[in-house]
Amino acid sequence: MIHRSDELRVVTVDGRAVLDTDGAPQGARLVDDFTPTLVDEGHHHLCPGCGEPIAMRSVLETLEEIDVVSRSIGVFGIGCYTAFSNNLDCEVAQALHGRAPSVATGIKRAKPDTVVFTIQGDGDMVNEGLQEVIHAAARGERITCVMLNNGVFGETGGHITATTVLGQRTKNTLDGRDGREHGYPIRLSNLLVDLEGVAFVGRCAVNNAGNVARTRKMLQRAFEVQVADVGFSFVEILTMCPTGWFIDTLEAPAYLDERLAATHTLGVLKDVAAG
Amino acid sequence: MTATLMEGSEAIAEAMIAAGCRFFTGYPMTPFTEVLEHMARRLPEVGGACVNAESELEAVGMAWGAAVTGTRSATGSTGQGLSLMQESIAEAALAQIPLVILNMARAQGDYFQATRGGGHGDYRTPVLAPLDAAEAVTLVQQAFHLADRWRTPVVLFADYYTAHTYASVDPTPLDLGPLPVKDWALDGSTSGTGQARLVSPLGDTKRRDRPGYDLNDFYTRMAAKTAAMVDGVERMAEVVDCDDADLVVVAFGTAAKYARAAVAELRADGRRVGLVRPITLFPFPDAALRDAAAGARLVAVYENNQGQMVDDVRLALDGAVPTRFVGGLSLDSSGFGIAPDYDVEVLRRRFAGVLDEMEGS
Repeated sequence: MIHRSDELRVVTVDGRAVLDTDGAPQGARLVDDFTPTLVDEGHHHLCPGCGEPIAMRSVLETLEEIDVVSRSIGVFGIGCYTAFSNNLDCEVAQALHGRAPSVATGIKRAKPDTVVFTIQGDGDMVNEGLQEVIHAAARGERITCVMLNNGVFGETGGHITATTVLGQRTKNTLDGRDGREHGYPIRLSNLLVDLEGVAFVGRCAVNNAGNVARTRKMLQRAFEVQVADVGFSFVEILTMCPTGWFIDTLEAPAYLDERLAATHTLGVLKDVAAG
Repeated sequence: MTATLMEGSEAIAEAMIAAGCRFFTGYPMTPFTEVLEHMARRLPEVGGACVNAESELEAVGMAWGAAVTGTRSATGSTGQGLSLMQESIAEAALAQIPLVILNMARAQGDYFQATRGGGHGDYRTPVLAPLDAAEAVTLVQQAFHLADRWRTPVVLFADYYTAHTYASVDPTPLDLGPLPVKDWALDGSTSGTGQARLVSPLGDTKRRDRPGYDLNDFYTRMAAKTAAMVDGVERMAEVVDCDDADLVVVAFGTAAKYARAAVAELRADGRRVGLVRPITLFPFPDAALRDAAAGARLVAVYENNQGQMVDDVRLALDGAVPTRFVGGLSLDSSGFGIAPDYDVEVLRRRFAGVLDEMEGS
């Protein structure tokens, strides 16, 4: 349902102009429908400022761009992004928490002509299912694993994951993550680089337009490597989670740069085909 | 193919190939190991794939993935390894994944795990328990048929003896009748058509008008489907000499092979004893057992464990006939399920003792 309103009520709070949410509900104005072609249902229940819809959109648009839609199968882990597994016009096998790389392996081995990707969060991939992704990578499975890394369990409301940066406050590290007490963050992309089965590893972010464009390029390379039957490809996308970071929505893109990306540094870490 | 002498593990592997299984995966563990060895050698020869998984957690995930494409797929382990798979088995039941899972069990302590489901939630999986390698060749193929018919994981409950006994078997493909077309299977071809398919333990059709899943709706429909499956799966049992039996012995799997021979010897001695061997451990052959035991004075359950199937026997009889557990754990030092009690003379004496007691009372 699209609501239209020609007159948006704007009030000033703390010196900033914001939409008036205290009065009667008012609709947003539809300028254009930006819903990606491969999304059946554009509405979602994710929080304002979440980076996952941008990451999801980037994956879907890449599939179209490299023209592999009609042989694409997505395998989803469990997290906030799981809501998308039911809303895409792309075949989906929903996996259990942490188990997507194995399910993707089974699909690809049974149907080698398909283009198979996983969508998993940092909790799903680095906490619950770390050995899955490492072994899939070591076997050189011709699949593309995509990790949406926001450094926090967003769906449970903001708890420490294996990628949470030092000092970050979460509901179960109230004084901030302390390395000696809670362990140090795992940089999964860096771990995967040394494995011989791995053909491409890139870490990117969706906190500004430039990073979104770089994310699209990395996804494109990752899928190309899979289609060319070279090896395992991996794209880690840093995403905003203002709710789980307990900060204002507008501050999340900068927080990502200053905190998350300071530990999980952006860039292409490995590209066998390019070398 | 004609009958060939082969080890039970190889017979099970050949039966899987005959059934059209083209994906297998597992993690070595006695007595499952040799099945994995045979599949690793045989599947590439027939155009299939066998992946050596890093653990049972990944094995069941890979088998799930292959099954999602409509490929006949199987994995397995011993009960210990199956413990690691239970989360996936429980959710695979909801996701309607046709999957065959071998429990090459150590003894019979995994009866509850197999029949009750070791995982979470309100699910059921059919369980078939072969007497020996020869019967396993048939039941393996029936397991794949049931898995496709009901879109469900199916457990085959065998053991060390099934795996390691050489037997003359004939793994010719069986014609078990027509099956529904796998119009749900994924191959990517529906992506971008507006009708993209979904295979998920959270819902079976994509909702194109609202975000997210409706678990109430889905779980309710799955409960109805499970009930239809429990009603629909043929309950199988072997019934021997029960018409005039005072004592009916109930046993399954390898234990039943020895119990059946002991009962035959007692019959030859003129004792009024019969045997019921459940072949489907789930759904349990309640009616066959009730009919067989209708004229009996006592039902004696023999299992190589502390008494698990005896619960199902009591539920089936619902008090109609007194029921006693006459089994017990019997192992050698290996723990692999080699049982000193699997001896016809040992069991003959045990059942004769029960008969003597009944006649003396």
